[in-house]
Amino acid sequence: MTCLPGYTEKKLGLVIDLDTCVGCQACVTACKGWNDQGYGVPLSDQDAYGADPSGTFLNRVHSYEVQPDDGAAQIINFPRSCLHCEDAPCVTVCPTGASYKRIEDGIVLVNESACIGCGLCAWACPYGARELDAEAGVMKKCTLCVDRIYNDTLPEEDREPACVRTCPTGARHFGDLGDPDSEVSRLVAARDGFALMPELRTRPVNRYLPPRRKDAREDASLLAPLLDLQAQGFAGWLDRMLGKMG
Amino acid sequence: MNPAPSVIIFTVLSGLGFGFLAWLCSGIATPDGLHGLLVFALGYGLAVGGLVASTFHLGQPMRAWRAFTQWRSSWLSREAWVSVAALLAAAPVALGALAGREPGLWGLVAAALCLGTVLCTAMIYAQLATVPRWHHPLVPVTFVLFALAGGAILLPLPGVAAVLSAGLAAVLAIGFRIGDGRFAGAGSTLATATGLGRIGAPRVFEQPHTGGNYLTREMIHVVGRRHAARLRSIAVAGVALPALILPLLPPVAGVALALCAHLAGAFAARWLFFAEAEHVVGLYYGRRPLPEKG
Ligand code: SF4
Ligand code: SF4
Ligand code: SF4
Repeated sequence: MTCLPGYTEKKLGLVIDLDTCVGCQACVTACKGWNDQGYGVPLSDQDAYGADPSGTFLNRVHSYEVQPDDGAAQIINFPRSCLHCEDAPCVTVCPTGASYKRIEDGIVLVNESACIGCGLCAWACPYGARELDAEAGVMKKCTLCVDRIYNDTLPEEDREPACVRTCPTGARHFGDLGDPDSEVSRLVAARDGFALMPELRTRPVNRYLPPRRKDAREDASLLAPLLDLQAQGFAGWLDRMLGKMG
Repeated sequence: MNPAPSVIIFTVLSGLGFGFLAWLCSGIATPDGLHGLLVFALGYGLAVGGLVASTFHLGQPMRAWRAFTQWRSSWLSREAWVSVAALLAAAPVALGALAGREPGLWGLVAAALCLGTVLCTAMIYAQLATVPRWHHPLVPVTFVLFALAGGAILLPLPGVAAVLSAGLAAVLAIGFRIGDGRFAGAGSTLATATGLGRIGAPRVFEQPHTGGNYLTREMIHVVGRRHAARLRSIAVAGVALPALILPLLPPVAGVALALCAHLAGAFAARWLFFAEAEHVVGLYYGRRPLPEKG
């Protein structure tokens, strides 16, 4: 049913750290790899080795430059996948009931055997999180790796989304954002995490953590008192001798 | 948005067909006998032809019946229901016309369903907050006026058609103006899309992929916007011309010419409706909204 449940028992989602993401595209590859063999039809490619390659991906990493009012410009790598919105417009527009939001955990999914490939849900999503697969003619989107996170046949450490599991810098976090005491919720609170395009009132579950400034050392002030410490031992003796000579 | 030919043909032809059927069912001018039946057949042909064309852009056309299930939330599903209801409701009116019977109250119900179909089609677009140009009450008003004016030309009801055509041209011109300010008015920018506005002004450093994908083809598609101004003039002039042609020219030639002008305007307007519509996802790819036209 494409009416929204209004309430979900959990709000499973991702927290993406724009401070530590290095733009290596490992999550893009891991997502593509897992979803070629997991939930629903594989993510097809067209003309993969030809002059005009194109394909379906559930996760894309952009790269932006931001110029602050003062100081140097910053480069920010920006992963973009489904935000599992609470007021998901992609769900309500769907004419077939193929798009739905799960009551038990809030994951937004597509039942591919009911999808007619009209594309309207992709038009309704502000974030470009849905891509119609050119080969299968059905809509693909991030499943939050629903076939990993509850999968008892996987070792416990693998029961998290492929993109989270693979990220070499730990820039992607997975958890219940509906529980204020969960690790992800605490991370969002501590780092002032934010939602994308709040003006469209989709109420995304996923949060992004802002990058820190990198053109000045944050430790300069923190360590300043330590730099005044008297040198000990041989270094101390040398320091005193040199001081006298000066 | 990508101006897909099947969608443009569908919305123009089915709109004209349902507008024509609405007038036929209303009882204002219902032709009777065999001629009446043929006229109804023309209306059905346009309306159904348009509906069939709309399935061409589906990824899985064989499952189209599933579109009937979600009428509670989806305008596309409502359109499926109302269009079938309209076509069924108009059938007894068409058979009655053959026997020379007046449409009566049932005819008014059928006429309302015909216009309701056009309204549902328009709402599929107007509901989308992601395409600010479409997300405005003038969009459904314009779609319904297109149906009514086109249907009145085809009937023909020269006087009514002339007035409706003049009104449609005005609404279309105002709609172009309002539409130009919608994206900026909605307030979405690359700064809100990325949340990086808190640091400074963001711009694209590198694209996430060098080739195209579904998003860039379907939603970030830009074609021939240089010609937009000229096409806008053609659209407004095309739909306005019947207001001059119908009172001045003799009936048959006048109606034929008015219909050609109206259709030329309708196709130009509908092409622009898609080609000029900007989706907010374009922001992630560094697309700026079109500069406002003065
Ligand atoms: S990000 Fe897009 S696809 Fe995902 S729930 Fe929100 S609107 Fe739907
Ligand atoms: S493409 Fe599929 S999932 Fe999306 S709105 Fe159409 S039927 Fe629903
Ligand atoms: S959660 Fe799974 S499907 Fe979603 S972006 Fe990550 S790897 Fe892809």
